[in-house]
Amino acid sequence: MTAVAEPAMPIVDEPIVAPAPASEDDGATKAKDVLLICYSGELEKTWATMILASTSAAMGVKTRVFVTFWGLQTFVKDSKRITGQNWMQKMMSFMQRPGVSHRKLSKMNFLGMGPWMMGTLAKQYKVASPKELLEVALALGVEFIPCQMTMDMFGLKREDLIDGMGEPVGAATVIGLMTEGSAPLFI
Amino acid sequence: MPLEIAQRVDAKGLSCPMPIVKTAQAVKSMVSGQLLEVLATDAGSTKDFAAWSKATGNELVESSVEGGVYRFVLRRK
Repeated sequence: MTAVAEPAMPIVDEPIVAPAPASEDDGATKAKDVLLICYSGELEKTWATMILASTSAAMGVKTRVFVTFWGLQTFVKDSKRITGQNWMQKMMSFMQRPGVSHRKLSKMNFLGMGPWMMGTLAKQYKVASPKELLEVALALGVEFIPCQMTMDMFGLKREDLIDGMGEPVGAATVIGLMTEGSAPLFI
Repeated sequence: MPLEIAQRVDAKGLSCPMPIVKTAQAVKSMVSGQLLEVLATDAGSTKDFAAWSKATGNELVESSVEGGVYRFVLRRK
């Protein structure tokens, strides 16, 4: 019977010490930034984006929302019916009406019956609508940043979008924020 | 010495995230050291207000529940 050989070198040569917890009241602890990526234009995901963005800002965390692809449709003014420069872009906005108040559910939409029931339940249980939460988020200083590429692809102009949005940027800005420590969340 | 409440927020009946949002907005108009009282009925608010207090540094002086109404007293940092 052979004994298991002792390792020549200890695997851990120093005792592992847990890092000291950050002081609770040093006053200098900076909350991490939050970066939401609003990709979807569906009602349920729009709602989640607005709830998390407004809550994050209410917790004193610098909050940015990068708005891209179908998400950008949510940030077109409610009053705009048709957007775009060419017939295909116009057709796209005709098929799916832009604006925060015109979002559809991804499932169980049933020609608007699903969103209507969601809206009725929300009112009954005093859940703020995506439009109300968007206004709250803007008032609390959430920065909504449109994606330049999406604006070009859908033929959207700055004046098509709601007031108070940031400068359009690209993916590099978003990745840059992540590398600087923003907590990212893709919705 | 009884605590002197400088401002009150009635968030009874409101759902997440409005009690927290209204609290954050109320705190902005207050000065350091003042007390804010919040009333809510959202069952998640006990944990939510503790988390908000920890994240923002505004002290949660009191957290209680009576008859389904949650009461929070916060000190503006």
